[in-house]
Amino acid sequence: MIEAKEIVQEIQGRPVLNGLSCSFQKGRMYGIIGPNGVGKSTLLGLLSGVERPKRGDVLLEGRSVFAYARKLLARKMAVLQQSGLPPVGFSVREVVGMGRYPYQNWFGSETDDSEAVIDGAIEAMGLQELEQRKMDQLSGGERQRVALAKLMAQQPSVILLDEPTTYLDIGFQVQLLDTVRTWQRERELTVIAVLHDLNLASLYCDELLVLHRGTIAASGTPQDVLTASLIEQVYETSPSILAHPLTGAPQIMLQPKWTNK
Amino acid sequence: MKYKLIGYGGAALLLLAVSIVISLSVGSAGISVRDVWGILLHQLPWLADKPVSYSPGEISVVTQVRLSRVLLAVLVGACLALAGTGFQGVLRNPLADPYTLGVASGCSVGAAFIILFGLQTALGMWTIPLVAFATGTVTILIVFRLARSNGIMHIETLILTGVIIQSFLGAFVSFMVSMSQGVVNQILFWLMGSLAMRSWDNLYMLIPFLALGIPVLLFYGGTLNLFVLGERHAAHLGIRVERTKLIILICSTLLTAAAVSVSGVIGFVGLVVPHVIRLLVGPDYRFIIPLSAIGGGIFVLWADTLARVALSPKEIPLGVVTALIGAPFFAYLLHRRKLKQGGSA
Repeated sequence: MIEAKEIVQEIQGRPVLNGLSCSFQKGRMYGIIGPNGVGKSTLLGLLSGVERPKRGDVLLEGRSVFAYARKLLARKMAVLQQSGLPPVGFSVREVVGMGRYPYQNWFGSETDDSEAVIDGAIEAMGLQELEQRKMDQLSGGERQRVALAKLMAQQPSVILLDEPTTYLDIGFQVQLLDTVRTWQRERELTVIAVLHDLNLASLYCDELLVLHRGTIAASGTPQDVLTASLIEQVYETSPSILAHPLTGAPQIMLQPKWTNK
Repeated sequence: MKYKLIGYGGAALLLLAVSIVISLSVGSAGISVRDVWGILLHQLPWLADKPVSYSPGEISVVTQVRLSRVLLAVLVGACLALAGTGFQGVLRNPLADPYTLGVASGCSVGAAFIILFGLQTALGMWTIPLVAFATGTVTILIVFRLARSNGIMHIETLILTGVIIQSFLGAFVSFMVSMSQGVVNQILFWLMGSLAMRSWDNLYMLIPFLALGIPVLLFYGGTLNLFVLGERHAAHLGIRVERTKLIILICSTLLTAAAVSVSGVIGFVGLVVPHVIRLLVGPDYRFIIPLSAIGGGIFVLWADTLARVALSPKEIPLGVVTALIGAPFFAYLLHRRKLKQGGSA
């Protein structure tokens, strides 16, 4: 359970979040949506405890994330960044192993055997064949899979995803979100994802939060939230909305201006 | 990991030992290799009572001049290479070296000022090292102060601030060089770096910095590995990024300031040695840090040996030698890696 309370945040003097409050229940997958520059990534940065709000607080299991020891927080919460991992000279296995850092003592060793956890994460992401390859020999999509495997090795109970599909083609987008969703259901994780693609958000999330003008404009199931009127109010474009033929989730059809005439 | 470190570390230490033996054996005083080692072995307590036939002059050359200089070269090299590793790790910039943030320029201003006004003995033989060390550390504090906003030091701002301060202070030093007619050479020679005319005391001055710097940097080796992924990734894995950055930067700065204050500005060591080690053993800082310390020692020792014997009895400035042999060696390693990658792709 994670809770944001009365968050006020400015970026270079410009108010971004204005008294925002929201809460996320264990075992559910949340999508944060909203137009560009509305502060979605800022909110995620605050939830992760890395950035501090000007006012307000973020509580994880009833305790302020800013009061946690950093390593303890990293055992509970992990973040997948939009940019993915850089092409460095470390091997895939070494990078996945870095996910174990929060569990290591001062001298870089762990009391329990971490190799099994690392093996499991590599297997779950289908990286066995690439295990010994260097990161700088992989494609962007492969590196994003490594990033997710590293997240798994971190064994968190809360996962924050910051536009994880931005640089991936549609095949990888679906593969990545499928993996996250499966993993989330198996372990009853809380997933909070900033997503740009409303259709993907609708397909994968239990609940959506719409960020608009520094606060939560709407929240609820995709059916409740993704209505033509709300999209028009928030994004200033009027789409058609259809039910997905297989799942029934609302899917947005954009329409060019001249089709309205 | 353990075997790899023992393997590389053992090989590096062996190379260092061989280098020390060779460097001790050669010199411009015309003492034979046999006599050098006779004198050195005679210093060992359990061999001291054997009768000898060496002149006090020879004994003094070997024990006071050569031995201290050889060991000083090793320690200065270790300081600079360690500092370079620290700076490159935190700044995540391949061009970073111990001088990037302006430490050396700060030291130079102090040293040049002392030489220009002939104050070398104002505080005894320690004057130049102490003043250079002080001005160097004050400089880096100013750079930190200028680069910091809201408790955060952005790497780009930090590098830019360092470069600007560096050129500002560099202009100051040039101004002092141009103002001093008679002593121009002395300032310039200090700037080019040298280990001539140093003593055991200079050596002792470096030991506390290495005794502090090596364990601290080794301790942060695993953490620096996570920095390679980027500060944000490191933060999400539970690292206190700003605190870690500050500790490593301060540690590297002190090592640099200590080395520069006793030897002047020896270029290239702190830039190239960590890169060479990285090319040889990969990106893992848990290897790079200890091996850079040893590698830096070997590199400066060889450079200094060449500096004193190549054109003997004239000395070549050490900074000149390090760049002259360092650059081609680095180019060779880069070329070899390119060939290797081309072959495997």
